[in-house]
Amino acid sequence: MLDKECVHCFSHNHQYFVVDGNSGSVHLLDELAYQMIKAIKDGLEFDETAVINHLSNEYSPRKIKEAFEEITVLVKENLLFSPDFTEIPKEIDSVVKALCLNVAHDCNLRCKYCFAQTGDFGGKRELMSYAVAKKAVDFLINASKNRHQLELDFFGGEPLLNFEVVKKTVLYGEEQAKKHNKNIRFTITTNGIGLTKAIQDFLNEKMYNVVLSIDGRREVNDAVRQTINGEGSVHDVIVPKYQEFVKARKGKQYYVRGTFTKNNLDFCEDVLYLAGLGFDQISMEPVVADSALDYALTEAELPTIFHEYHRLADELLEYYQTKKSFNFFHFNVELKKGPCLYKRIAGCGAGHEYIAVTPTGELYPCHQFIGDEKYKIGDVSQGIIRPELGERLKHAHVLNKPTCRKCWAKYYCSGGCHFNNLKYGGSLSDPYLLACEMERKRLECSLYIYSSLNN
Amino acid sequence: MKQEKTEHKHIKTLTKSSLTKTLVSGGCGECQASCQSACKTSCTVGNQACER
Repeated sequence: MLDKECVHCFSHNHQYFVVDGNSGSVHLLDELAYQMIKAIKDGLEFDETAVINHLSNEYSPRKIKEAFEEITVLVKENLLFSPDFTEIPKEIDSVVKALCLNVAHDCNLRCKYCFAQTGDFGGKRELMSYAVAKKAVDFLINASKNRHQLELDFFGGEPLLNFEVVKKTVLYGEEQAKKHNKNIRFTITTNGIGLTKAIQDFLNEKMYNVVLSIDGRREVNDAVRQTINGEGSVHDVIVPKYQEFVKARKGKQYYVRGTFTKNNLDFCEDVLYLAGLGFDQISMEPVVADSALDYALTEAELPTIFHEYHRLADELLEYYQTKKSFNFFHFNVELKKGPCLYKRIAGCGAGHEYIAVTPTGELYPCHQFIGDEKYKIGDVSQGIIRPELGERLKHAHVLNKPTCRKCWAKYYCSGGCHFNNLKYGGSLSDPYLLACEMERKRLECSLYIYSSLNN
Repeated sequence: MKQEKTEHKHIKTLTKSSLTKTLVSGGCGECQASCQSACKTSCTVGNQACER
């Protein structure tokens, strides 16, 4: 019995692809094999005579037989129409290995779409003390047990508002990592307003990755990313700082990261604008917002967004041919050395591998859950006191979500964001379908780019 | 008469993924947390490389 549900066929610019969702295999085909697989997926019998009858108006029986034979080999090897698990693999033990340290619940910008309610997460505007940050590092080291590779992300609000604590925490983290035979990768996300030469030097020396927020063109960026009094151009302040920062970073990992909304559905222009400014590591995320808000993305925008992703994919390939190339985060796909099934099931690990810490030291499953007391899972002094919450999130993986289980992209996206699923999908078991649609389109584009560059 | 080899004429497999095998070999947990990189609002694992 062939499992046809998780097989996805798509084409772009005369390249034909089939993704076998259950095995995670990806195939590039000629038009004949593509038509054949598509017809079988749509109900045609998996039988040589049946496919010959179906395609003989367009192709010779010899060619059809050849293609059918190749398809049969893939089916036998479980690389096409492969079966789903009959039993869900056992969840393995997980330990906390990554912290999101909200060192500042305050911000020097008032961005209109901020998920953190302009930095305070619906609570008090406050900064994390060094004492709390130190306890967070100790918590991470202890909770990570035998994991060697750890992560500590400085987030907010705007973390540079509390730079002295960032600096001291990195130095303490390095000392503790050495003592306990760990490696901590430090990362930071900033809006750039507070970047100085001294801060730049420190971040470039110590941070494994730096995320620099900017939405693209001046008018797009400044329409949403605004100063507290609403005056001046944020774009004009941060662009020269970012350019200098990246130049001084000398190839170390960074991303300029933007958000697109209903007000800039031509976001490909913003990505190209950022590339034109000399940035070669770019991320541009769709805004996640209540559909009643005027800038929110809805189903009605999907055709435009899909078109724009395709345009961006073609532009990116064009850049590879003629100009200085750039990397678009959401078009990255790792086909050779991708993660194991456990990772593909675990996804973000919120609540059991990845934890967010508030300025007062409370623990939440991730930065998105902060502010909702129901989801408080512990604190830096006591550690996790409600492990059952993390277990719930861990259990809400793709194989336990009926919609995801039928999806061809499940092992690439890993079920999406728990918080968004809960808020916009309706429950932990129901994915946020708007995000699913965009994720699948980006994956198609990723595979198209991969194939174009590697064949 | 030698039979014509039909492999690779119509289909090129870009990745022969056998995820079930990684149930035995995988699970070390040393990989990056997916939300820590450049998104913070979505989750993707297909772009990550195994740390092993």
